[in-house]
Amino acid sequence: MTNQYEVVIGLEVHVELKTQTKLFCGCANGFGQDPNSQTCPVCLGMPGVLPVLNGEAVALATRAALALHCTVNSYSKFDRKQYFYPDLPKAYQISQYDQPLAENGHVTIHTAAGKRNIGIERIHMEEDAGKLNHLGQRLGDAEGSLVDLNRAGVPLIEIVSRPEMHSPEEARQYLVELRTILSYLDISDLRMEEGSMRCDANVSLRPLDFTGSLADLPRVEIKNVNSFRNVQRGIEFEINRQRQMLQTGQRIIKETRGFDDASGSTYSQRSKEEANDYRYFPEPDLPPLVLTEKWLKEQREALPQLPDELRQSLAERGVAERDAEVLVQDVNLYHYWSQVVALVSDARLVTNWLLSDYSRLMNANNLSFAEPKVSAHGLASLLSLITAGTLSGKMAKEVLETMFDTGETAEAVVKRLGLSQITDHNAIKEIVSAVVAANPAVVQDFVSGKEKALTFLVGQVMKQTKGQAKPDLVNALLREVLATYA
Amino acid sequence: MNLTEKEVRHVARLARLAISSVELSEATQALGRVLDYIDLLNELDTDAVPPTTHVEAIETVWRQDRVVPSLSPEEATANGPQVSSQMFVVPKILDGGEG
Amino acid sequence: MGTIDWDAVQTADQVQRGEISAAECVEAALSRIDNTNPTVHAFLHVDADRALARARFMDHNLTRETKANLPLAGVPVAIKDNMVTTDMPTTAGSKILEGFRSPYNATVVELLEQAGAIIVGKTNMDEFAMGSSTEHSAYGVTRNPWDLTRVPGGSSGGSAAAVAARMVPLALGSDTGGSIRLPASYCGVFGIKPTYGRVSRYGLIAYASSLDQIGPLARSVRDLSRTLHLIARHDAKDATSLDANTILEAPIPTALQSLRIGLPEEYFGEGIDVRVRTVIEKTLDRLRESGVDLIPISLPHTRYAIATYYLIAPAEASSNLSRYDGVRYGLRVVGDDLIHMYQNTRQEGFGPEVKRRILLGTHALSAGYYDAYYLKAQKVRTLIRQDFDNAFEKVDLIVTPTVADLPFKLGERDLDPLQMYLTDIFTVTTNLAGLPGLSQPIGLVDGLPVGLQWMGPPLAEDRVLSAASALEAILPSPEWPLSGGIQ
Repeated sequence: MTNQYEVVIGLEVHVELKTQTKLFCGCANGFGQDPNSQTCPVCLGMPGVLPVLNGEAVALATRAALALHCTVNSYSKFDRKQYFYPDLPKAYQISQYDQPLAENGHVTIHTAAGKRNIGIERIHMEEDAGKLNHLGQRLGDAEGSLVDLNRAGVPLIEIVSRPEMHSPEEARQYLVELRTILSYLDISDLRMEEGSMRCDANVSLRPLDFTGSLADLPRVEIKNVNSFRNVQRGIEFEINRQRQMLQTGQRIIKETRGFDDASGSTYSQRSKEEANDYRYFPEPDLPPLVLTEKWLKEQREALPQLPDELRQSLAERGVAERDAEVLVQDVNLYHYWSQVVALVSDARLVTNWLLSDYSRLMNANNLSFAEPKVSAHGLASLLSLITAGTLSGKMAKEVLETMFDTGETAEAVVKRLGLSQITDHNAIKEIVSAVVAANPAVVQDFVSGKEKALTFLVGQVMKQTKGQAKPDLVNALLREVLATYA
Repeated sequence: MNLTEKEVRHVARLARLAISSVELSEATQALGRVLDYIDLLNELDTDAVPPTTHVEAIETVWRQDRVVPSLSPEEATANGPQVSSQMFVVPKILDGGEG
Repeated sequence: MGTIDWDAVQTADQVQRGEISAAECVEAALSRIDNTNPTVHAFLHVDADRALARARFMDHNLTRETKANLPLAGVPVAIKDNMVTTDMPTTAGSKILEGFRSPYNATVVELLEQAGAIIVGKTNMDEFAMGSSTEHSAYGVTRNPWDLTRVPGGSSGGSAAAVAARMVPLALGSDTGGSIRLPASYCGVFGIKPTYGRVSRYGLIAYASSLDQIGPLARSVRDLSRTLHLIARHDAKDATSLDANTILEAPIPTALQSLRIGLPEEYFGEGIDVRVRTVIEKTLDRLRESGVDLIPISLPHTRYAIATYYLIAPAEASSNLSRYDGVRYGLRVVGDDLIHMYQNTRQEGFGPEVKRRILLGTHALSAGYYDAYYLKAQKVRTLIRQDFDNAFEKVDLIVTPTVADLPFKLGERDLDPLQMYLTDIFTVTTNLAGLPGLSQPIGLVDGLPVGLQWMGPPLAEDRVLSAASALEAILPSPEWPLSGGIQ
């Protein structure tokens, strides 16, 4: 038996779809409402109710599948997955079992060894469960629970990866890229902290001399971790735990484990060996889902430009790879960027400003590019003043900060503070002559070869113009006047 | 195909029925008889026969994504055996949950 | 003759013409219910005040023109207690739904009331429609109005008994394996199970979703037509609801000789009570005498239908009945923790037959058994459908006995579930194939009614109703029980 193991990781990601209504009834699909205020007989699982599929949810799920390079099945069907739990009103979840919406896709990650595709086994649609509020600190201590069914019936897609990741870092990259791709589709809020994106991780260690099927390895599932960082931490912990067990000759059991944020560790929830028998069978209340070529074509045409395409077009516009990555990973930032570039056209100038000064201000104020403080149009006007030479970079920074604080336009700030750069040749020449006349000793130093003396004189000119003179013009004019003293 | 009490007990647990030992032995016998009768189906070779899940020739029935007013929380919970703060109260949960 | 002797069409016509008020019709029905229901126990719940209030509203506020547009104006109607109603309790004959009040109405309830019908109450049934005798109700048995020591059939026994005893002219039932046609036959009334998907199931408490259909029970074929014309409509709330041509308001007069009528040999073999056989043969002779060519056909997979049905129906039922968990409505029996609350509630809330079917269905779907049981049954279901497809290439309609025997004594089949299951042998096939099936009373033997079943291709309700109407015309008028009332 070897002491060498390969880490094998598969991820199951649940994503809530941003439809107006729930998957099988007309109740609003909204987060954070009063308990049980978004429920009806259907999502309460009342006697006699029937589900009716939300077509928009199928459209959003299909776009996700297409963006993740999946084959969308023209025929799929719904099944009942049965188990008793108070957050599941009918005691079955309508899901898709053996004929899911889509299969065989991938997400490309960028590892040290280069690009690699992580396979997606399947994407299926299902309804979300409600929420339990436990009366007490932890589930085990609670005297009881309160059931809120607002979330019951919210449309979900489950994206199941193949077990093709081999490190916590690869798992993190997969999740980041998956979220980035989905963010361009605008099909979900994708908020881990609100549960609109949730991740379960399957972790096992394969002895290098193990040649059997991966399915035969004891697999540990880490359930419902609430951030990418914690997925990574949970997997790291699990790898170490399993490695130590194997090295001390213990057997890994197939089980479900929870993640404890405070200690960074996982803990046993239930053993999969006594797992539920879900008794899946085809949902008789819903006819099969048959998607026509025409409809699929419409969904394909509704797809926006996706991250890989954007990366390429950014590279073509001269944006550095690192900057491009930052832009692409924040869909709102990228959309803002493209709006500004459409007005200013100097992609590198826009990128530099957005990723440095503007981002610093946004971060300092804890703002998102979903709601930019300064409009794309506003920033474009400011950048135009730089390219026109009206403002120096330093002045522009000051203007931007003012715009950010007061909401004024760039032009208004420049006008109010009298901040435009003096480019009038004669006006500057007058001041230059006066400064030269007032500093004979310094002039003498310069004439005798001390180049540094020039810096002092430039400083004096700038001081008199309150910094508004264009520095290269001041330089040129000084040299011109000083030449007459030589 | 003979049915054992152990199997019936397992099925009762899956179905969340706390059946008594008398019921268990009665049910095992009754269901055993029914299953014996059902064995009749094994006379038929159905390997090449597709299953019927829906008798109708309809497919892809979906609705528009348009909000319909919900019940009020009071209406939603009006039948609840135990309700607190507009929510259904359930007793403590010992096993970790499912799904 | 009083108003209780009228069928629904005659009642509505009289109310529309102002010959009689809706309130008078409802009062007569309520008085008949007062007299006969305590013994027959067809109704679980009667809401006299609401019914009278609605009738009086119709009398006082609606013009003759408005009433003329209400095809069931003033007709007292009974609803099987597995269709939900906001103004009356709904229990499905189960203790687990005791006290439950639905926040919405079943689509059929809305459609009937829009057509002017006055719902007087909810009728007894086998718990969750699981049974063939209406003995398996948590709220007591219903008795057959022809012989109070016998069962009315089930599971829509309350609806059939209410119509036979002339408490109401019209009632709704539901049929999963024969639950409209069997009690219609045992009680000597007309009942039709439409094509699967014809009538919206929204608001029908599910037993077996792929088999359940709602249909009317009445004392004339034309009542069945008029009711189906109103309730067999596409409903966006039921994804399995068909968008098909409306059923005609009245059966088209048809010459029976123009129809090719098939007699499947599997339905006329051994096991049929000789008295039933005699009445059936007499009716077939009448058909032959009128020039009808009865064509022998075969539906070879008939013998597998009960086994198929008793896998599919309990499997779906085990799933549909999981929602009765003591959390959101209905009965809750306390327990130390969640799982014990679930188990105690379901243990006490469900009756023995329901629990048997839940266990059977759960077993049929459980790991390791799915392929051998549930999937196998779905495949045989395909073969049974194909039998009918083949048959309907040769014939327009099929005629069979509705049930092989006469109403049995209360308690007689309690001890043997399998014997009870075999009662449905002639009716389950149309549910498995999704076809329309109608039971028609054709006479009495030993004072007990015998029914004849018509089966047709999908959506051929008009043809089935026309044929039944033509046969109705050549048979003597049916008799009705309890003519002297109950002393």
